[in-house]
Parts: sequence; structure tokens; C-alpha cells
Amino acid sequence: MSATQAEVAVEPGSRASSRRNAAWLRNPDSRFWQTIRAVGMLALFFTAWGLAVRISHSDLFPTPGNVLRGIIELAQKGLLFKYIVASLFRVTWGFTLAVLIGVPVGLVLGWYTRAFQAFNPILQILRPISPIAWIPVAILWFGVSDAAPIFLIFLASVFPITVSAIAAVQNMQPVYLRAAQNFGLSRGELFRRVIFRASLPQIVTGIRIALGVAWLVVVAAEMIAVNSGLGYLIIDARNAGKRYDLVVAGMVMIGFIGLILDFLVRQLEKFDEVRWGYARR
Amino acid sequence: MGIRPKMNKEPFPAIYVRNVSMRFPGKHSSEHIDVLENVTASVAHGEFVCLFGPSGCGKSTLLNIVAGFLDATSGEILVEGEPVRGPDRRRIFVFQENGVFPWLNVRENIGFGLRKHEQTERERTISHYIDMVRLRGFEDTYPRELSGGMRQRVEIARALAANPDIIYMDEPFGALDFLTRLKMRTDLVRIWQSEKKTILFVTHDIEEAIQLADRVLVMSPRPATIQEVIDVDLPRPRDLDSPGYLEKRDRIFRVMGMSLRVGEAIAT
Repeated sequence: MSATQAEVAVEPGSRASSRRNAAWLRNPDSRFWQTIRAVGMLALFFTAWGLAVRISHSDLFPTPGNVLRGIIELAQKGLLFKYIVASLFRVTWGFTLAVLIGVPVGLVLGWYTRAFQAFNPILQILRPISPIAWIPVAILWFGVSDAAPIFLIFLASVFPITVSAIAAVQNMQPVYLRAAQNFGLSRGELFRRVIFRASLPQIVTGIRIALGVAWLVVVAAEMIAVNSGLGYLIIDARNAGKRYDLVVAGMVMIGFIGLILDFLVRQLEKFDEVRWGYARR
Repeated sequence: MGIRPKMNKEPFPAIYVRNVSMRFPGKHSSEHIDVLENVTASVAHGEFVCLFGPSGCGKSTLLNIVAGFLDATSGEILVEGEPVRGPDRRRIFVFQENGVFPWLNVRENIGFGLRKHEQTERERTISHYIDMVRLRGFEDTYPRELSGGMRQRVEIARALAANPDIIYMDEPFGALDFLTRLKMRTDLVRIWQSEKKTILFVTHDIEEAIQLADRVLVMSPRPATIQEVIDVDLPRPRDLDSPGYLEKRDRIFRVMGMSLRVGEAIAT
């Protein structure tokens, strides 16, 4: 590596840059090869999928081409955008409610040991119940409306957020607390300026996990309780004419939007306010 | 024992500790641990005092009691003539490491104790102490991007900016490398001379104690008492090769019952 750099230093003009090209081409961990690996494997996956459908002579299961045409068809009918918006709308509401309730509740339970002792058993019993199990209850309480899936998403995401906030406060380095006490902070200031700030990296991690779960659940909820959204699309396409190209199209869209959502929450981890919690000392 | 305030301009010593004992409960009630036993000491206003003793002797415990983070089992602790009832913003504690807030940059850390001040005055104070600890150019840097020595300087600046009467320091340079430690001591003496604060400084490093302190309170092993008080009446800046310096150092070694020659049996 150092030898290459030395050569580059003495080479003039364009030859130097071609040498540098050769360096990233030769380095198996360069950005170029990382991209090739990911894209190449995706291409291989789609090819294998298409071949498998053709070899098995399946009438119902679509090839990647069928799925792509299905997505275009949905987009032309205006359904794709409508369903995506419907699903995102429900996630946004349920998830926002979960953050607004989970973070403060977690901070308080993490800080006040006696409150934690009182509420933790309830929390631990409710937490392992799958949001899917709540579907009948949600329909009973909210009927076939947006409120039912929003409630399910709220349930799914509020626990990871609360639990991560509790753990964050409980694991806070005591030295921050003592420094804060030393500067004579009031109770409110202590929460706002120290406990919340010290817990933020772990809370953001909890939020990221919660959003993943929320997206999983919205699709499941829409299969039963409503008549729009990507989950509804999948069930509807299956029931109304065995349109498996549209079923898989729905699945692909769910995957892509999940990827985008995760990418967006990961941007939160880049802020200076939380980065200290991930960087190694 | 020669435990007396040196410069008695004020009616009370800055810190006065009388017959302080500390007992930590063990696993069973019979297995409690006596950490401090009848410790009596005082620190005058503006004085730089080092608490020196072997590791685990309880000097940090004593500092935490004086600072109000721990309650003594018995005894009396008066700071500025008042009993200590908890941490107080007029006396700031500098921790061994990682005491700065990692979610705040250098400027925000130093200004942490100044939230009630007016904006322009706060900016001026922060700027003043950034210069004093030589961190100009790092105002917007976060602690994780600083070296250990720089982080400690941020913490010292944060303490000074709050304008306390007393600064408590618990082995603040203990986690730093040798050269950084030497540099930090020089800086601390310079800052202390210009700021005229009372400093109570815990260390297990003999050299550090003699380089810094007006007086060194030498503590015994557990249960700890003040074994001896050594006046370090050497002019600053201190010459580490001067006979006076070496004499003080050897005296502490003797108090500790240690030989200066490695491998030699202890005579007493």
C-alpha cells in the first residue's frame, strides 16, 4: 500500500490517476467491490427466482418481470401511492404516540425505583404478547377503522421504546448524575439536561427497533382490520382473482419502504447529541 | 499533630473536618468495613492541600464526604463554617475521568454551570476559561474527539467557570499518561495561582502531592487517619531536583514505612 502511494507521488498527471484506479480495483474491500458484491448477489437472486418459476411451470407464482409489471399496473391505477400513504399514515400515528408516551414513561420508571418496582411486572407481562394477538381486541374496541391498526402499531412499538428508555436511565454513568447534582440542578433541569440527554443514544436505538416492529405490524393489521394499505393489497390480490403478481409486488414494496424507514432513523444516530453513545472510546 | 490552618484571614477555615469516621456495611452486619477513623483536618482559604495515601485507604471516601456525596457515619464536617448537607454549587468536584458531558461540546460543557447568567456574560466567562485551559480552537469539539488530558482540562474549566469557593479533585490526572500528567500539574498550579481557589486534591502519587500542595495530609492504611501533615514550603515553580523537594519526598516515604531502594528490607 505504501509502495503504491510512493509511486503515485512521483508519477505525473494522468498516469498517476490510472495507477490509483488500479489500486481500488485491486483492493477487494474498496467501495467498488462492496457495491459489486451487493448488486451482483441481487441480480443472481432475481435470475434464480425467474428460472425457478420457469422450470417449475408455475401458473400462479410470478417471475420478477411479472412483479415489476404488477407494480407498474398498481402505480398507473393510482393504488400504489394510495396504499403506501395509507400504511405510512397509520405507522406515523401509532409510532408517534408510542414515542410520545414511551420515552417519558421510560425515563420516569428508570429514575424512580419504586415506580419501576410497581409497574415493571405489568410491563413484562404485556410485552411478550404479540401485537397480532391483540387484533380481535382491537377490532372489538375500535371496529374496522384506522384506529384499530394505529392502536396495534402503538402497542408494538411502545414496549421497545419504554424498555430501552428505562434501561438507558438505569445504566447511566453515575458520574454524570453527581456532576449534575454538584451544579445544583432542579428536578426538571436534571431530567431535561442530564437524564434525557444521557439516555438519548439508547432511546434512539430503541426507536429504531420499534419502527421496524411497527412496520411489520401495520401490514399484519391491514390484512384484517381495514380496506386500504399494503397489507390489504396483499390479502385483496389473493382473494380477488389469485393475483400473485400483485401479492409479491406488495411484499416487495413493503421491503423497500422498510429499508427506507430504517435508513431514515439511522440518520438520527449521526447527530452529535447521540453519536457519543455509539463511538468507541 | 500539626493540623492547623495556615492563613487565617477569615473567621472559619475553608474546610474543617473533626473526628470523622466512616463505616461501610459488609455482607453481614458483623462484617462492616471501617474506612475512616477519627479523621481531623482543616484547610485554609486559598490553600492547596493534597490528601495523600496508599490505594484504597479511604482518601476518596473522605473527599466524597467533604463534598457532600456521602454521609459520614460520625463526626463533624464544616465548610465555610456550615455543616455539609449535600453537594453544593459553590464547591465543584472534578472527577477522575469522564466527568464531562459527552453530549455537550467544549463550550457547552464549560458553560454548564452558568445557565442563570446573562448571555453576554456567559459567553465572556466561557471564552475566558477556554483560554485559561488552552482549548481555544476546540470550542465546538465534542469530548469523544478530545484526548484524555484535554477532557480533564474541559472539566477543570467547567469547575472554574462556575466560580466556586472550593474545588475538590479526585485523582483528576490519574488516568493520563506520564507526560500529560506533568503538563497538567504545571497548568493546574498556574491556574490556581491566578484564580486563588481553595483546592483539596486527592492523589496516590507522592511526586504529584509535593509538586502541587501547600500541605500534604498523609493518610494511613485502612482504617485511615491523618498520619502526618507535611508543610511543603517550597517556592513555585518547584524544582524537582532541589534538595528541599527531595527531602519532603523522602519524608513521606519514611512516613509510609517504605524504603527508597527497591529490594531493601524496611528498617523500622
